[in-house]
Parts: sequence; C-alpha cells; structure tokens
Amino acid sequence: MLIINNLKASIGGKSILKGITLEVKPGEIHAIMGPNGSGKSTLAAVLAGREFVEVTEGSVTYLGKNLLDMSPEDRAKEGIFLGFQYPIEIPGVSMVNFMKTAVNEHRKHNGLDPLSASDFLKLMRDKKELVEIDSKLANRSVNEGFSGGEKKKNEIFQMAMLEPKLAILDETDSGLDIDALRVVANGVNKLKRPDNSFIVITHYQRLLDYIVPDVVHVLYDGRIVKTAGRELALELEEKGYDWIKKEVENNVLS
Amino acid sequence: MNGRSEVTERYIGLYKENIEKITTSSSPYINSFREAAYERFRDMGIPTKKNEAYKYTNLNIFFDHDYKSYFMPVTSDFIKAEEFRCDVADLDTHGIVLLNGFYPTINEKLRQLPSGVWIGSLNAAAIKFPDLVKKHYGKYAKSDTDGLIDLNTAMASDGVFVYVPEGVALTKPVQVVNLVQSDEDMFSQHRNLIIVEKGAEFSIIICDHTLSPQKFLTNAVTEVFVGENAHFDLIRVQNEHNAACKVTHTFIHQEKNSVASSNNMTLHGGLIRNSTYHYLGGEGAECFSYGLFLTDKWQHVDNFVNVDHAFPKCTSNQLFKGVLDDMSTGAFNGRILVRPDAQGTLAYQKNNNILLTDDAKMDTKPQLEIFADDVKCSHGATIGQVDSDALFYLQSRGINKREARLMLMFGFAHEVIQNIKIEALRDRMDNLVMQRLKGELSRCASCMVKCG
Repeated sequence: MLIINNLKASIGGKSILKGITLEVKPGEIHAIMGPNGSGKSTLAAVLAGREFVEVTEGSVTYLGKNLLDMSPEDRAKEGIFLGFQYPIEIPGVSMVNFMKTAVNEHRKHNGLDPLSASDFLKLMRDKKELVEIDSKLANRSVNEGFSGGEKKKNEIFQMAMLEPKLAILDETDSGLDIDALRVVANGVNKLKRPDNSFIVITHYQRLLDYIVPDVVHVLYDGRIVKTAGRELALELEEKGYDWIKKEVENNVLS
Repeated sequence: MNGRSEVTERYIGLYKENIEKITTSSSPYINSFREAAYERFRDMGIPTKKNEAYKYTNLNIFFDHDYKSYFMPVTSDFIKAEEFRCDVADLDTHGIVLLNGFYPTINEKLRQLPSGVWIGSLNAAAIKFPDLVKKHYGKYAKSDTDGLIDLNTAMASDGVFVYVPEGVALTKPVQVVNLVQSDEDMFSQHRNLIIVEKGAEFSIIICDHTLSPQKFLTNAVTEVFVGENAHFDLIRVQNEHNAACKVTHTFIHQEKNSVASSNNMTLHGGLIRNSTYHYLGGEGAECFSYGLFLTDKWQHVDNFVNVDHAFPKCTSNQLFKGVLDDMSTGAFNGRILVRPDAQGTLAYQKNNNILLTDDAKMDTKPQLEIFADDVKCSHGATIGQVDSDALFYLQSRGINKREARLMLMFGFAHEVIQNIKIEALRDRMDNLVMQRLKGELSRCASCMVKCG
C-alpha cells in the first residue's frame, strides 16, 4: 500500500529525515516510536503533504502512485488520513458543515452523488456512536473550546466519517486520560479492516496495549534504527530509549 | 480668511441657500435646533484627518463634490418607494421605506401597529407627539468634535420615528429600507428617533440601498432611547454601490438594566463610516457592538465605536471584523471610557481583520480610558492572513484549497453574523457573505444596480 524509499526531508534547511525506508501492506498496523525530536511528526507531515517540509531525496509510492506529487486534498481523497497531534480550532466553521463538505468531496472523487441532508445526518449519528463521542460536539465549531481529549476523539470521529485506506495517527494518545485513550483505541480497532492500514506514531507504549501493532519501528535521528514485532514496544517501555541511542552510537563508531 | 476649508464653506452655502425651504416643511420643534447646530458646524467644519476620530478616513473624496441637493421629494418619488419590495424570504417585518431621507408615504405619515407601537415619519411625529419628541430629540446625539452631527441637526428634516410604549414587546422587527435614487449626484441627510420605553422589547433592521448609479453622499443620525429593563437590537445592512458614501452616527442611550445591541453589516459601499455611540446610563446596563465588513477594489470602511461606562456594574462587548481584498482599506477605532464612579465595569473589545492582498490596508486603534479601579477590561486586535494551519487542516480532509479558504473566511465572518437573532436575516447574511466571498455579486432585494 505504502512504500517509502530512502526518504530525506528538511525543514528550513535543517535536515530532519535522513533516509527512511518503510513498507506498509494492506491490513497492517505499524507503530512508529522514538524519542522526542527524532522526526516522527515530520514523517507524518511529509505523508500528509505539509508545504513547510521539503523533500530532498527518496520516494513515496502510495497505491502505485507518486504520493509526493499529490496535493494534500488529493491525498485525502485517495484515502490517506492524518490524525493531528494538535488539532486546529476553527471558530465559525461548524463540524456539520466541515464534515459534509469533506464527505461530499470524497464522494465526488469516487464518482458518487453528494449525500442528502438526512443521509448525511444519519451517517454522522452512526459514526458518533461508533467512536463514542458526545453528540453535542458535532453541533459546535470545529474543535473550538474542545478539551484535549475531545479534540483527539474528534480526530477519530473524522477518521470514521472518511473511512481512509491509510490512517496516520500522529501522537493521538498524547495528553489523553485512560478513558479517552480507550475511546481512541476502540475507534481504531472498530475501523480496522483487512484492506486498510494504520501508522500509529507514539512516544509511549501505552496506546499499544489497546492497539496491537504488527510491526514496531524505532525512529531516531531521522532514521529507522530498529524494526521488530510488538515485543519491541514492551522492551522500550521497560528500558526507555537510551539503549537504542547507545546501540546506534556504537554502530556508528564500529 | 476665516480658517474654514473650502469643503466646509460648500456646506455652509448649502445651508444658507436651503434653510428657508427646509424650515417651511419641518416641525417648529425640530427647527428650533437648527441655528445653534449650524453655528457649531460652522466652527467645527467637515472633519479632516487632523481630527483624531477621522484619522484614517479622508471624507473629502466624497464631501468635496458638487451634489444636486435634495430637500423635498415629489410625488413620483413616493410611487417609486412604494414599489420597492425587500425579497428576503421568511423575513417577516413591519416595513418602512425612506427615499432619499424622506418618509414617502402620502397619506399615512404615522401608523400604529396592533401592539400600540407607532412607526412613521419623524416630522409627523414631532407634531403628533410633541412631548415625546421634546423629551428625546437632540438629547443623545452630541459630540464636541464631530461637525457632521450638527450638520445633520441643522438641515435634516425627516427620517424614521419609532415609539415602543412601556412594557410592549414587539415580536416582529421593524425594517427600514433607506433608498437613494436620483438622476443627479445627490447629498441627503436623515434623522431617526427610536424610543423604547421601560421594559419594552424592540428590534429594527436598517437596510441601505442605492437604486441608481449616481454619486451619493448620505449623512445620517439615529438617536435611540432604551428605557430601564428594555431590550433593543439594531441591525444595519449596508449594500450600496462604489460611488456611494454613507456616514452614519448612531447614539444608543441606555437606562438601568437594559440590554442593547448594534450590528453593522457592511457588504458594499464606496466609503462607509459608521460611528456608534453607546451610553451606559444606569446600573446593570449591557451593550453589544458588532460589525463586519467585506471590501474590495478601492472601498474604504471605517467603524468608530464609543462606549461610555457612566454607571457601575455595566457590561460592554465589541466584536468587529473585516475582510479586505484588492487595494481596499479599513479602519477601526474602539473607545472605552470608564468614568470614575463606574465600578464593577466589564468591558471587552475584539477586532480581527484578514488582508487578502499585499495592497489592502487596515488601521486599528483601541482607545481605553479607565478612571475607575474595579474594572475588568480587555482588548485585542489582529491583522493577518488566512491561518495556514487551519487551511491545511481542512485540506487534509479532502477539501480543496480554494474551498478551504472560502470556508475559513466564511467562518471568520460568521462569528459576527451568528449574533443576529432574527433567523431569516441571519441566514440571508450568511448567504450574501458567502456569495461575496466567492466573488459573485451579492445583490439584495429587487435592486437593479450592480454594486461591484
């Protein structure tokens, strides 16, 4: 589904990603872990198409297409979803209007007619139930005045509405209490299908108690320095990131 | 040399030439204010940019022009006005049309609504309700610095009069449609007086339209009295063409525990200056002052707000927003005065502006003068571009950049629009603003003039 090959990227001339190679197959859940400043969010930003990140080398192929050539909105319509680490507040734009526009853009892209108002509201209702978000949130402006937990739940709700093929969740677990964490994880598990994939970016292993990854990568200093099964996450939880840093430094020296 | 500017002399001349005609057709009480007002105007003149309150607005562009002045309507004008229909669906109002500043109904100059409310011509009201007019006319519209208010008092002869007696709640709003139409360039002035007595509830919509493409200048004064515990809402919808200049001065005087709001929605116009004066004249009074403007080409919109906290425990809120395109310009001046005795004051002010081009320009000036110590006051002003993080957020959900920008600008404007309590009008404003942001013509009512 997604093939990243030797991806290098910089922000404002500063090199952040220093050669990332990664393949995600349909139905897989990949966890990307790593200490702060290792490049996790930059990777998410490149995949979603943020302009301030400059790709200097390498390629990203998504469903056989060159992802880097696509606009952010086309990526979304082709099935990529980014769950933001810091969801944006947009006063004056209602959740209903926002989601209706987004869903209908997706439908148009897929050659479908826009949803009728009643079908759309039914879809909203169903998805709200699925991800257990407070129905009142959907009547407000996008993220305006939402608590940290509500914002993250709202990301999962949007994901449920848009049914992406590849969802990238950028530290969706940060700042969540245990109940919100459970809601977020349940949302992901309910939306998981054999034909869609997830990249879960996280600092802590805690989320991975609820979302069981197939593959765990450790990102450090712009490179993937370790890839293994879910047991790697447990090891990181126990030992922290220092041993990885040491391993990397030793490798460089030897 | 008397030190007066040429442009001021022009209006002094206009006064001298027409005062006799104006006096003949007006009520004696209103006439009794004219001479003193003329003298004050003669001293103050047409405001220039040297006047702090007009620092960012050059009135001469419109005031220094030879208008065919218009002091009495003719019968054919009345007919034109009667033909005008506002086409806002579901907007159920009591309608009044003012043509070139005159209340143009031939037979029924004043009418009483079933609830006991009177609406109609100020000139007729001054004769029918002399005590009411004496009690309120000229009592609130006062300024030591703005000669235009005196110019209006000196020469205006008609406008809208509304009287809402004590305890009456008028559920349907009154809608005043100000039309200007002439075959020649025209200067007009009107004067409104709205009296909302103790415990009454009333809302008024004032719509400004131009019906012919000539150059127009309007200088209008509105005085509002809001009695104890009364509720009053004013919504102004300004949709005039680019060769029109509108200067409005609105004075809202509030008594104890009353609530009043003013909302200036400026969709179109060449040069617009709205001065809104809120006087919180009794404990527990609360006022809301809103404004939204969308400008392009060479348009200029200036909102001047003056909130006077004269009594303790009053609350004021200001929210003004602007979206400026092309080389248009705008200004905001928000004054909050908290007098020494006004303890327990809450006063808020927010002014946000989006510049869509490098050539658009906005000046914003908060002006807080606080002489009491138990006061909670805040103000904030921003001038910037569409938020790129928010733009990306929408794009990342599959919404294309153009649409996403539109949604953000609409959301920005909607924050002001959402304060309109009349649903049909709120929907219509949303609609007109969306059209305007899309670059489509936002024509309202049966207007034949292309405002763009």
